[in-house]
Amino acid sequence: MDIPREKLFDLYRKMVLIRYFEERAYEIFGTGVIAGTLHTYMGQEAVAAGIIANLTNDDFITSTHRGHGHVLAKGASPDRMMAELFGKETGYCKGKGGSMHIADFQKGILGANGVVGGGIPIATGAGLSCKLKYHNKRVVACFFGDGASNTGSFHEAINLAGVWKLPVLFICENNQYAMGTSVKIATAVDDIAKRAVGYGIAGVVADGNDVLDVYLKGKAAVQRAKKGEGPTLIECKTYRIKGHSKYDPATYRPPEEVEAWLARDPITLYRAKLLDSSIEEEEIVAIETEATEIIDHAIDFAQESPKPQVETAAEDVYAEVSEDARD
Amino acid sequence: MREIKYVEAENEALREEMLRDPDLILIGEDIGKAWQGAFKVTKGLQEEFGPERVRDTPISEAAIVGCAVGASLTGLRVVAEIMFGDLLTIAMDQICNQAAKIHYMFGGQTSVPIVVRTNFGAAGNYGAHHSQSLEAWFVHVPGLTVIQPSTPYDVKGLLKSAIRNPNPVIFFEHKFLYNTTGAVPEEEYFVPIGQADIKREGRDLTVIATSLMVLKALKASEELQKEGISVEILDPRTLRPLDRKTIADSVKKTGRVLIVHEACGTGGISGELTKVVIEEAFDYLDAPPLTLAGKDAPVPVEPSMEQYNVPNEAQIMQAVKKIVK
Repeated sequence: MDIPREKLFDLYRKMVLIRYFEERAYEIFGTGVIAGTLHTYMGQEAVAAGIIANLTNDDFITSTHRGHGHVLAKGASPDRMMAELFGKETGYCKGKGGSMHIADFQKGILGANGVVGGGIPIATGAGLSCKLKYHNKRVVACFFGDGASNTGSFHEAINLAGVWKLPVLFICENNQYAMGTSVKIATAVDDIAKRAVGYGIAGVVADGNDVLDVYLKGKAAVQRAKKGEGPTLIECKTYRIKGHSKYDPATYRPPEEVEAWLARDPITLYRAKLLDSSIEEEEIVAIETEATEIIDHAIDFAQESPKPQVETAAEDVYAEVSEDARD
Repeated sequence: MREIKYVEAENEALREEMLRDPDLILIGEDIGKAWQGAFKVTKGLQEEFGPERVRDTPISEAAIVGCAVGASLTGLRVVAEIMFGDLLTIAMDQICNQAAKIHYMFGGQTSVPIVVRTNFGAAGNYGAHHSQSLEAWFVHVPGLTVIQPSTPYDVKGLLKSAIRNPNPVIFFEHKFLYNTTGAVPEEEYFVPIGQADIKREGRDLTVIATSLMVLKALKASEELQKEGISVEILDPRTLRPLDRKTIADSVKKTGRVLIVHEACGTGGISGELTKVVIEEAFDYLDAPPLTLAGKDAPVPVEPSMEQYNVPNEAQIMQAVKKIVK
């Protein structure tokens, strides 16, 4: 495996940034400052970090209700994300989107999504732009969960991307539960990646808690996509550290199962791997300190930002027709 | 001025816009050269613009509209054809939860410039899964623009405006209208979204009619004229946003109003139109507003039963006389 040192650091930087963001958001949510709900990404950081490390700013992603990790990894501003969670005017959506609806179109983030499976056809459409307009020089990474893999959107959109050979990475984050429903009672195949066969596309299983495995499988998929060989379905097997949402104690999960997965925390695993290679602990600590500072700053920014004017709740329903629309 | 068919006028609009904008593509089931669109609206376009820009899709309505949404967010403009309006139900998440809300939900960062074209209405005995008039469903969703053109002139001018509009537009074409003819200029023109049209001027009563009902109301009004009743016919053309001013001005002038649409009455657009009349012109009314709508039943196949369920000229005349008396 020949991964540049800076890439190794970058992967760790993204993973801890996501973990710290989620830990602090979870903690603040408990104080009642954040309205709505919160689906934390803790435990799945290797997936977003590993896949998105293969993308550039020009590439696109679609995300889910559990989307903070994807958008942070794609370069969204933690300040504006935290401000959105706090319902502030400076947030990405000026308080209208909240946790489940963060997007940054300047960074190719086509939106988290409140509807399970809702982003998958949108990713296929972005893939069509990548093929027709950008000649496969750009790609799309479409994130969704094991639950979404049973929606009609999944089947329709992947078949379409397959038949049109679009440069899309379909990333199924199998965290074993759709809310409280185990994948074992919802999905007839043992590996969701096997469904790729039915759409004539490549399918591969990755260890979703091993960031290097995810990174390398993502890299191969991006290469296929850019060569015009079409989409890849990558199933990343992983686990939520917390429940489905903030208020879910997740008592439906057997303690021994939880224990086994927590022993494979993706950040702990990767940190140990870095130390085993020639990387010094102080370099790792420096990354962790920097991430803490970034999140501290984001929280300060969110706290100090103004609330939106309540009247703006009725604005921005329609985009304005530009003057030159008839040129 | 030359006269062409509704379907030809629409085809011209698509062709002109594709020539103008290389980023405009069409997607849908059977729109390519094998079939040319279920009602031939896309005839010749795949031959002219190629299979990359005129794309036949699998039977996947959610993916068709979702694909249009995603492509429009990333640099293309898309007109998606849904083969029958009834099948919009299969794409509801992408239309109502995704396309309609993206501009708002993400704080105005971007917009979704797509047109979803489809047909509707009882014509041709297609039965309950291919004949519904579902426009009111979409009028109820903030973020969508809903259009129902009744003439070749309007369909061309409105489709061109819809394609250049930055918001998602649901564009309803009545099946019966495709082969109707009307005057269409050779030179380029647009019909603005949100602007109603007075199809006939009159004194005694305003008939607000949509789509095919405009044609039926025009016929009825000629008969009524012989009996000395002068009917004004107002075609909203765009159902969301409604042109409140033109509606108000007409009703203020005539003092009486009949609303006619093919969709079943309960929950139909007539309720919204009545609300506009009451809010804008209540003090000018000389009689209560009435509605003539399709029966509250699915559309049956047997030809006489199919037409029994939708308003006709005789019923329009009867309703007008009831109000005028």
